Amino acid sequence: MPTELLERISRDPHYLELTRKRSRLAWVLTAIMLAVYYGFILLVAFAPDLLKQRIGDGATTLGFPLGIGVILTAILLTGIYVWKANGEYDRLTARIHQGNAS
Amino acid sequence: MLAFAGPAFAAGALEGQAVKSEINVIAIAMFLVFVGLTLFITKWAASRTKSRSDFYAAGGGITGFQNGLAIAGDYMSAASFLGISALVFGSGFDGLIYSIGFLVGWPIIMFLIAERLRNLGKFTFVDVAAYRLQQTPIRTLAASSTLVVVAFYLIAQMVGAGQLIKLLFGLDYSTAVVIVGVLMVVYVTFGGMLATTWVQIIKAVLLLGGASFIAFMVMRHVGFSFDRMFTEAIKVHAKGEAIMGPGALVKDPVSAISLGLALMFGTAGLPHILMRFFTVKDAREARKSVFYATGFIGYFYILTFIIGFGAIILVGSNSAYLDGKGGLLGGNNMAAVHLAHAVGGEVLLGFISAVAFATILAVVAGLTLSGAAAVSHDLYASVFARGKVDDKKELKVSRIATLCLGVVAILLGIVFEKQNVAFMVGLAFAVAASTNFPILILSMFWKGLTTRGAVVGGGLGLATAVTLTVLGPAVWVKVFGYAEPIFPYDAPGLFSMSAAFLGCWLFSVTDRSAQASREATLFDSQLVRSQTGIGASTAASH
Repeated sequence: MPTELLERISRDPHYLELTRKRSRLAWVLTAIMLAVYYGFILLVAFAPDLLKQRIGDGATTLGFPLGIGVILTAILLTGIYVWKANGEYDRLTARIHQGNAS
Repeated sequence: MLAFAGPAFAAGALEGQAVKSEINVIAIAMFLVFVGLTLFITKWAASRTKSRSDFYAAGGGITGFQNGLAIAGDYMSAASFLGISALVFGSGFDGLIYSIGFLVGWPIIMFLIAERLRNLGKFTFVDVAAYRLQQTPIRTLAASSTLVVVAFYLIAQMVGAGQLIKLLFGLDYSTAVVIVGVLMVVYVTFGGMLATTWVQIIKAVLLLGGASFIAFMVMRHVGFSFDRMFTEAIKVHAKGEAIMGPGALVKDPVSAISLGLALMFGTAGLPHILMRFFTVKDAREARKSVFYATGFIGYFYILTFIIGFGAIILVGSNSAYLDGKGGLLGGNNMAAVHLAHAVGGEVLLGFISAVAFATILAVVAGLTLSGAAAVSHDLYASVFARGKVDDKKELKVSRIATLCLGVVAILLGIVFEKQNVAFMVGLAFAVAASTNFPILILSMFWKGLTTRGAVVGGGLGLATAVTLTVLGPAVWVKVFGYAEPIFPYDAPGLFSMSAAFLGCWLFSVTDRSAQASREATLFDSQLVRSQTGIGASTAASH
């Protein structure tokens, strides 16, 4: 990439907005996923009795909804990222491309 | 001790010697239809596979949805279908722990890797690491670790395939291994990524359809009530209430965390999965494909969980499926297959058997393609020929590499017939998590990474993962037969990943060479391109 182009893009307000917003979202979502997953793993390792706790009068234990919840969280977080990236971030990217077409 | 055979469990699922069964006509007929269809697709794909971009990346013409199915197909191996449902059948809740570990790598790939990979790379993930670092050492190291991952994963799949086919179709072990090997070579050499992708898509649809149907029948049996499903399962399972919470599979916190790391970050370093981000047109489609893949894989794991509990209720208590000692006919991994018979008779049994075979074919084809790309694109074209090579020559090399990989896979598949290969998938995940993943993530996110740091750190990760696996229970005790393992854990991930990251850091910050400062300067333009894709489209076409 030519140096002038690189410097121009690096100063482009759209570029700064894109990278700031996207990095923040990506790291926040990563942190949530890691917390949820390792939270679950730590419960398995240190508090198995909690997971064996029955819900109400039924046979279902707390572990199952929590486990399924981790799976659904993973799908949901991925969806949130794609929704933001394919909407707002792609519009910003398109502006950067237009503004720096050389 | 089965405990942390870890990710290994999934592909090593088909452990133990399968008994050859009677020839299963319906299954073979359905399998022949599948093979016929995929060969037809391969012929069509062959006429469209002319350039390197066609061969490695299906010309970039796959849509996000199709690619999502194909990624899910690469990930949902026969072993994870049979293995995880068998694990649920045997221990209930513990099976869920594995499913979750296999899934949670996906969001991380989405947030941190997918899009930058697509914007920076051309055909393999190694392109990304080699963007600003020195081509020769980086490509050599990363291609070697790719080949290690592919080889171990491939052997595990071949051995599993042979056992499974012997059991399901009544063919000889070696016949089965040769059929799988020959078909995978045909798909890849002639049809390249386009054929491999479509084989994967068809298989994913069949597998999801078949598993959905079985799960539906199970839920119908229990009146669509999970609580009733659990109640009935507790009543008939030998372990009773214990299947409702974490059990023997999780020994200690170190194992739990180490396994968790290898599962999560191993996924993010599997070469055949990362290669799938180059088959779509741009970063936008790459993102969509990860979302679809995560959805399909998550749904699939929920199904295997219902299938496992269904098997406890319908198979575990039915003497028709049990041998004299109370075990399942054909071994515990047959839980899902017997369940198919219980809810859908011979036809569904045949269908599920054919799908299991098809699944193995599709997975080995994907692996072979990424191994061939490592040889032809990363080693031959970029290192050996220093980029001075035409499309035709490189394609020829990749086809020869495919053929060699096929022969090696068949031979090793036969050699390892009687070995416990569970550790091989564990090793593949550990190497991917401790060599490919650290190099990939640091080269994209850390300006300070230098060639020296990446090579030493990645090499340390590779060596540590392999050494600790050999010294651990899976090899030292189960394969070599010593009484006590030297390294107590089955999953080396925690230690080998730490070694890799530490090595990368230490040998980068102490690198004062001119080359190192040039590499740091290049980081800014790499960053801009990885964020915006500017410059990426031109790179993909040359």
